[in-house]
Amino acid sequence: MEELLDILRELHPDVDFENCGNLIDGKILDSIDIVTLVAEIGDAFDVEVPAEELTPENFNSAQALWAMIQRLDEA
Amino acid sequence: MRKKICAAALWCAVFAVGFGLLNALFIPKYMSEIPEGALIAEYYKEEAGHDVVFIGDCEVYENFSPDVLWREYGIPSYIRGSAQQLIWQSYYLMEETLKYETPKVMVFNVLSMKYGEPQSEAYNRLNLDGMRLSPQKLAAVRASMTEEESLLSYLFPLLRYHSRWNELGGEDVKYLFRRDMVSDSGYLMNVQVRPAEDVPQGRPLADYSFDPVCWDYLDKMADLCQEHGVQLVLVKAPSLYPYWYGQWEEQIEDYAARRGLEYLNFLELTQEAGLDFSADTYDNGLHLNLYGAEKLSRWFGAWLSEHCPVEDRRGQQPFEDIWSEKSAAYAARKARLEAEWNAREGA
Amino acid sequence: MSFASTQFLAFFAALFLLYYAIPRRHQWKLLLAGSLFFYWFAGWWCLIYIGVTTVTTYLAGRKIAALAASQEEWLKAHRDELSKEERKARKAKDKSVRFRWMLGCLLVNFGILAVVKYANFVLGNVSALTVFFGGQPIPSLSLVLPMGISFYTFQAMGYLIDVYWGKCRAERNLGRFALFVTFFPQLIQGPISRFGELSRTLCGEHPWDSRQIAMGAERVLWGLAKKLIVADRLAIPLRALVSDPERYTGVYVLAVVFLYAVQLYADFTGGIDITIGAAQMLGVKVTENFQRPFFSKSAAEYWRRWHITMGTWFRDYLFYPMSVSRPILKLHQKCRNRFGRFGKHVGVHTCSIILWFVTGLWHGASWNFIVWGLLNGMVIIVSQELEPLYARFHARFPSLKGSRGWDLVQVARTFWLMGIIRVLDVYRDVPLTFRQLGTVFTALRPQTLWDGSFLELGIGAGDWLVAAAGAGAMLVCSLLGRREPVRVRLTRDHPQLAWGGCVLLALLTLVFGVYGIGFDATQFIYNQF
Repeated sequence: MEELLDILRELHPDVDFENCGNLIDGKILDSIDIVTLVAEIGDAFDVEVPAEELTPENFNSAQALWAMIQRLDEA
Repeated sequence: MRKKICAAALWCAVFAVGFGLLNALFIPKYMSEIPEGALIAEYYKEEAGHDVVFIGDCEVYENFSPDVLWREYGIPSYIRGSAQQLIWQSYYLMEETLKYETPKVMVFNVLSMKYGEPQSEAYNRLNLDGMRLSPQKLAAVRASMTEEESLLSYLFPLLRYHSRWNELGGEDVKYLFRRDMVSDSGYLMNVQVRPAEDVPQGRPLADYSFDPVCWDYLDKMADLCQEHGVQLVLVKAPSLYPYWYGQWEEQIEDYAARRGLEYLNFLELTQEAGLDFSADTYDNGLHLNLYGAEKLSRWFGAWLSEHCPVEDRRGQQPFEDIWSEKSAAYAARKARLEAEWNAREGA
Repeated sequence: MSFASTQFLAFFAALFLLYYAIPRRHQWKLLLAGSLFFYWFAGWWCLIYIGVTTVTTYLAGRKIAALAASQEEWLKAHRDELSKEERKARKAKDKSVRFRWMLGCLLVNFGILAVVKYANFVLGNVSALTVFFGGQPIPSLSLVLPMGISFYTFQAMGYLIDVYWGKCRAERNLGRFALFVTFFPQLIQGPISRFGELSRTLCGEHPWDSRQIAMGAERVLWGLAKKLIVADRLAIPLRALVSDPERYTGVYVLAVVFLYAVQLYADFTGGIDITIGAAQMLGVKVTENFQRPFFSKSAAEYWRRWHITMGTWFRDYLFYPMSVSRPILKLHQKCRNRFGRFGKHVGVHTCSIILWFVTGLWHGASWNFIVWGLLNGMVIIVSQELEPLYARFHARFPSLKGSRGWDLVQVARTFWLMGIIRVLDVYRDVPLTFRQLGTVFTALRPQTLWDGSFLELGIGAGDWLVAAAGAGAMLVCSLLGRREPVRVRLTRDHPQLAWGGCVLLALLTLVFGVYGIGFDATQFIYNQF
């Protein structure tokens, strides 16, 4: 989880990712951020994020992202 | 709920009234310009019947004077003519006229036999907009429409004339609900004189036979008159142009003989009627002027009295009153137009 | 049938009355029949194309859903026998089977689109090349584009991909699915709906709802007014300006940029208003396609607010899958630590360029649209990469950010930038467009604006005034409608005023609309796409 927060902070140093729940709906992350994020997550956690997982629900908060990573790793 | 429905109905009524007013405002009034456009509608103002009704294109409303027919022969008559009236328009006008009255004689000018297809949107409008809404009008519209036209725009002229919004003028407001008379019993008076010089010969045509559609409508006219006990008289006005071909003449003569109809080609009767094309035409032979029209009417009145079941109604009421008023208007118009023309010529 | 025609109004009126007269469970069938009639009206042969797309997509969707169900069942049954890795491998294999079915269907349908829409473009370019090398020109094919093919193909393929992803269920009823593909209000020019959203109201039972019907009718009227009074009027001088480019240079080109922006906006949003309003009258909710786009402050924002459903389609079904594909991820890994900040974006930008190339191509089979798309992509990428520069700028002038004046500058900049790129739509070819834009600097002649030359472009002073008044009214409504359209507020708070407004607007449209004899009933610009 800490590793994920580091990745996020590198993207937007000014955002409080631990407590933010509307990263997408609040237009904090745009589609370019999302795609960059997926690439970084893939590298760091060795999971493939398929296109169908790129939904607002999965990207709205760090917690949701973390849950998605766990789920993808679990299979 | 009920209140809502009432409000909706009220606003729909507001729309209907507004739409109606706009239709009345936007339709061209044809008062100071193109008075031909006002001719068809004037018929509905007539108070008494007519013994003779002329139907046809400019060759009737420019060439016959109902006033002369009345003053000299006591024949009450009317001209339901309009610019480039096509034969199906003539037919439906005839049908419509018979709803209002049953004249003794109907006179049809055969020049429009040459047009088997709708010619132009503008003329359709001049001829059809003035008709009252009736099955005849709808049928005439359907028969006349060019490809780009729609029936709806004849029911609601605003749809056709809305682009006039930047040319609306005082005339459109002044004549919102009424019109002045532009004609004398359908006769559009013109006192100007422009002699006919060399009239061009008609170019040879590939095919001289009239379109079958035209024959159909001519047949329908003859049948309709027969049904109503009206005598149909075919005429060809003495206009030198458009050129009237000999081949056409033969076809009409044959037809008249076959159907037992009278047919008068005034082109062959100019001498008898005393027409002088150096003085009796206002546009070099296309149409007669007032003086020519009066001469022609004088001759035709005599012919009608002799060959048709018309009577001299002078002295009969209500004709006497109506026609003395009409004659006064006719004389006044004549005096005014002559003064205008003379002033122009003098200047 | 163009929306602004008496035929359409008559068709819709008849359908509308019948819709609420029949038993509600049959309403969707009537809609399907009406949609097929609407499509048949454009040419019976169009029905073959849309029929093939409907049936193949339906079958592929059913097959994929059935596969997914049986695969899942198998996995559930054998869950305990398999290790995690084996399960993963099994899942991947199952997915690839489903993928092949989807791919087959995508190939068929995009293949049809490619052939009818792009065959001649490709042939023309190949032919130009062969001629260049001394060969014979290749004759072009005589293909007629079926109405709305770009829109319904995209809509159907979006459904298929959603089914493959498990995001929406596969429709069981072919008739209902056919209605989703052919639903007539959005057939001509979108929006491109998602099955998940549209199907919620499309096939349901719709009782008479005066409020919804009134709101829908108001919106149709507003759309007609925008289109007939503003768009079709401005189309006349635009045609004149564009058809004689040698003569109309300099400030005229700026006029084309401005007028085309207004004209296209009025035409396209007017059409969408008619679509959404008509659907609303039938109880069907269609997604919004515009969100006051000309108030955008950047190109990226503009594209989130203009033709929204197209943008999100390309994002969800092309940009995202492409961005998370293996080659792009590999590219990302290679570049991330090499070129600094830019390095991290190489992969994304590559996808953006491809995305905008395809978006351009989707708009039309010509180099104009391809260049148009690429320019849009470049503007977005460049502004993305210049962000640190902006940040420095704003650090230097902290009072600017968020101020009214600066907002206005950004809005104006975006409007003109997008407008300049957009004129690639209207000029004959790409070099001509740039030549024309160049004359703004070489031969501006601003006096043309006030010396009466603009009165000789096919419409007179009165028409310009009407167009300006109409455009002004649109602007005011946009400004007032930030939270909620003016229409909606008025209808709720002052119903009598709304009624009066509608009556007035209807009469104004009848008088000032450009229609009937003397005016060409110009088709919606997006028709050909």
